[in-house]
Amino acid sequence: MFETFEHKADIGVRGKGNTLESAFEECAKAMISVMLDIDSIEPRKSHVIKLKSSDESNLLISFLNELLFLKDTKKMIYSKFRVKIEESAFENNLKEFTLKATCFGEKIDLKKHDFLVDVKAATYSQLRVVQEDKIFVAQCIVDV
Amino acid sequence: MKIKKIKKDIYSLEKEERMNISPKIFANQEIINTLKRDELKNQNNSLNQLKNLSSLPGLKGVVALADIHPGYGAPIGSATASDLREGVITFASTGFDINCGIHSLVLPITAKELNKKKKEFAESLFKDIPAGVGVGGKLRIDSTQMDELLKGGAEYVVKRGYGKKKDLNFLEEKGRIKKIDVTSVSLKAKERARDQIGTLGSGNHYCEIQEIEKIYDLKSAKKFGLIQGGTFVSIHCGSRAIGHQIGSDYLPILDSAVKKYGININNRDLVCAPFNSEEGQKYFSAIKAGTNAAFANRQVIGVLVKRSFEKVFGLSESEVKTFYDVGHNTAKIETHKFEGKKRKVLVQRKGSTRGFGPNNLAIPKNYRVVGQPVIVGGSMGTNSFILRGTKEAMNETFGSTIHGAGRSMSRSEAISKINGEDLLKKLFEKGIVIKAHSTKGLAEEAPLAYKNIIDVVNTMDLTNISKKVAKLKPIICIKG
Repeated sequence: MFETFEHKADIGVRGKGNTLESAFEECAKAMISVMLDIDSIEPRKSHVIKLKSSDESNLLISFLNELLFLKDTKKMIYSKFRVKIEESAFENNLKEFTLKATCFGEKIDLKKHDFLVDVKAATYSQLRVVQEDKIFVAQCIVDV
Repeated sequence: MKIKKIKKDIYSLEKEERMNISPKIFANQEIINTLKRDELKNQNNSLNQLKNLSSLPGLKGVVALADIHPGYGAPIGSATASDLREGVITFASTGFDINCGIHSLVLPITAKELNKKKKEFAESLFKDIPAGVGVGGKLRIDSTQMDELLKGGAEYVVKRGYGKKKDLNFLEEKGRIKKIDVTSVSLKAKERARDQIGTLGSGNHYCEIQEIEKIYDLKSAKKFGLIQGGTFVSIHCGSRAIGHQIGSDYLPILDSAVKKYGININNRDLVCAPFNSEEGQKYFSAIKAGTNAAFANRQVIGVLVKRSFEKVFGLSESEVKTFYDVGHNTAKIETHKFEGKKRKVLVQRKGSTRGFGPNNLAIPKNYRVVGQPVIVGGSMGTNSFILRGTKEAMNETFGSTIHGAGRSMSRSEAISKINGEDLLKKLFEKGIVIKAHSTKGLAEEAPLAYKNIIDVVNTMDLTNISKKVAKLKPIICIKG
């Protein structure tokens, strides 16, 4: 499930799921829902995002920011996501996380997509990627 | 946290734990009470952010202004001055919306005359100024031109036919910060900005036509060329997506820098790099590039307003005067006095305007004797103000002052309490024409969601940090 949470000047986005991947998918939906009604986006086209990072939280921020980059440059907006995350370990305790996300959505059509507000970026503020009991949580504040 | 009163409306946050400096707060009793209440209610509160910010190394000064409210990491309505050798450049103190600010014009007609064609002018502006999510501008910039734009700022767009050279005299930094390494800005950031120069954006960004309702200081108003009953234009926006992408690109770089240089930060929101490090210098260059993009963006919109005015009123666009342009999310090297000694420092202002006192060479010649104009943007439907910078600001706040009213209500709270359509009707009854790309989004920016701007402005006036010159009343507001 996804939800938004309070912040005085901006807004928080949170995704929860049984896996880390589903928490990421839900968090992305939460961010899209800040901008517009997510149900108004039809999953007509797909696009694959591949990203790498040294930790899961930076990976979440990069993933969300990549969706914003695609919105501004390709004018594409997505509503469904299939995320895969792989962890590889190296010497000296170094880790690398790889994300592959297949995103489903369509080109922005202002007649159909009624934007409430634009999201500028995902931030480190209240950034958490954790497992609580059996549930994975991925959240941060987004700048609007 | 302990707040000590220094004198009326000036307080200090007492040093504790890891704080390196005791920040000054310019606020009235009511604002202080709100800050204290908020401290008990929310973890993410302004005082806590101010404390964390004051724990960074190499600080020469930290101030919070009357429009203070929580941001991420650094409170909005704050400014820091950092030593160039010992200090850091902090992400949160400039933020994603690099050089967001206000570009302003004086129209050559009275409010009475303007009111006769109010609706027509509103329609024309709404059509002529690209705004809202996903809407591009007319000025397209290819990749070579993008580097020229980042180096040239407003000067570049003047060369492309947007405005006159003399306009540049009335922009902060003359619309161009020099010494930029364009490789500090990623190709992604450049790509994201390609169709965005000359667009308003969304959220709290706007273009407002205002009546000069009241003059407080005749001598300064005369120097500024403002008369009661005259008309004024405020364009509030920033660097758009290039600023956002520069921020997104540098967050992980600064996150690594914190670890690499062993900087003690209380909160990940405050990622930073030593100013003198490779990372710090690159980030500073990228901010300067973003700053120039914002100057260019606002200059283009200013010209679009001038052209729209010419179309509707039949007067030449050259009769519209560029009044001033000032940013409020910035990072700059400036010279200020600390402990009696003049020194160069890195000044970062987050939701804070530069407000230099009289006779500073950075101020346009015509205005120099009275001080720098400071344009304080109100919320939708409320007054805005023109202030002037003072000697006191130079001594007390390293030439920094307020930028707006400051939020008092979160966006979701505003949406749940305020209906966009009702709000539109109420403002219409008050004689204000609002044209918005999203009615739902209007509620988030309703006057109720902000502090009372008059209290905020009066606090700065009473403490002599910025003095009131004129009060503006909205006539037309174009929202992103």
